[in-house]
Amino acid sequence: MKPAAFEYVAVRTTEEALAELARDGQDARLLAGGQSLMPILNMRLATPRRLIDINRVGELAYIRAHDGGVAIGAMTRQRAVEKSALVARCVPLLADAMPWVGHFQIRNRGTIGGSLAHADPAAELPAVAACLDARVTVRGPAGTRTLTADQLYWTYLTTTLAPTEILTEVWFPAAPSRTGHAWLEFARRHGDYALVGVAAAVMLEEDSVAEARLALTGVGARPVRARDAERRLVGRRPDDAALADAAERVKQVTEPQSDIHATAEYRRHLAGVLTLRALRLAVARARQAPPVTT
Amino acid sequence: MIPPEIAITVRVNERDYVERVAPRLLLSDFLRHQLGLTGTHVGCEHGVCGACTVLLDGAAVRSCLLLAVQADGARITTVEGLARDGEPLHPVQEAFREMHGLQCGFCTPGVLLSAVELLRDTPHPDDATIRRGLAGNLCRCTGYQNIVRAVRRAAELLDRR
Repeated sequence: MKPAAFEYVAVRTTEEALAELARDGQDARLLAGGQSLMPILNMRLATPRRLIDINRVGELAYIRAHDGGVAIGAMTRQRAVEKSALVARCVPLLADAMPWVGHFQIRNRGTIGGSLAHADPAAELPAVAACLDARVTVRGPAGTRTLTADQLYWTYLTTTLAPTEILTEVWFPAAPSRTGHAWLEFARRHGDYALVGVAAAVMLEEDSVAEARLALTGVGARPVRARDAERRLVGRRPDDAALADAAERVKQVTEPQSDIHATAEYRRHLAGVLTLRALRLAVARARQAPPVTT
Repeated sequence: MIPPEIAITVRVNERDYVERVAPRLLLSDFLRHQLGLTGTHVGCEHGVCGACTVLLDGAAVRSCLLLAVQADGARITTVEGLARDGEPLHPVQEAFREMHGLQCGFCTPGVLLSAVELLRDTPHPDDATIRRGLAGNLCRCTGYQNIVRAVRRAAELLDRR
């Protein structure tokens, strides 16, 4: 299992990468951390004519407080996000999900932008982005545009990015006060893609739910926001009956597919169980949550 | 058309190499075939088994998921770099010998290098941390019990240094 031959160029700036993409378009692939692309090349599932290596684009590796949230450059290693005190303080859901991305050896190399752009519907980071209404910055020949997760994800492993565009940054809003977050997933082995994963965020006001957010992996062709279940929680006391009601709603609206790893029925069951557990954890954390400042 | 080879400079186990590589050459194959460092083992070649783990600028990475050309300018440590011939074993190696942390040895180089970073980040890990830290390295012989014991022992040996 060796990759087929390709031409290789290592660029040092986003401008250079854009120029290379503009020249090669469909025949080229951007090489970020390579933790998804390299297996695909090794197994010859893809045979691009040219690789544009953006690992030396230093201007795309940063984590900084910005605009009431945290902006993270696309080439920031997942391990750096995992260890970031700023992320832990301001975007606790991202910090919670990060250790579940592959293994630490994968996160040493894998990038946040690479994972978001790869668009695997079983991956953690797209679901975290969907849950928090993250904003993704995309640069291309026509300029810069900003997308929500809903606008970014099209279907399995497919985004709405043009072949000449680069995902350059993701911005997460800082967690509001009195908000609790939880990431939970179930995989057959730790480090594997999960059968189902759930991101939950709950904001409390005088012990009733002011806002709820739920996003799931592994139950559709892209990360799924369970907006109907979210709405059912708002205004209610977050007792077990209310949380179970939301989890039941998640089960009703998700339409997972069967594959060799699990049946659709089993995934739907997992979606309900994990949603209930994630909501309980998020509520418990919201009750203890200190005010957050970036 | 065969893409042209590219010149790279790498520092492997404290020795500098200037080499020419085809763009598609994997770092794992470069280490084994071009430099003759066959201690880095190749298992699955798609990032799952961890046998090919090396340290790249101090961080444990899969060498089958890197191109040799990407290592230009980098510092790499393979299992051969943990202890030179004739020198005492690295404490992690010594602990694996002492606690029978290997059987066939195929996965061992990758496990050792993962353990080096794990213990550098977490000098006194509990068993759960050790198991999580080694989850990216598959072993088909030991059942992992002695590997966990060996990493615990390595933490003690590193403490004494």
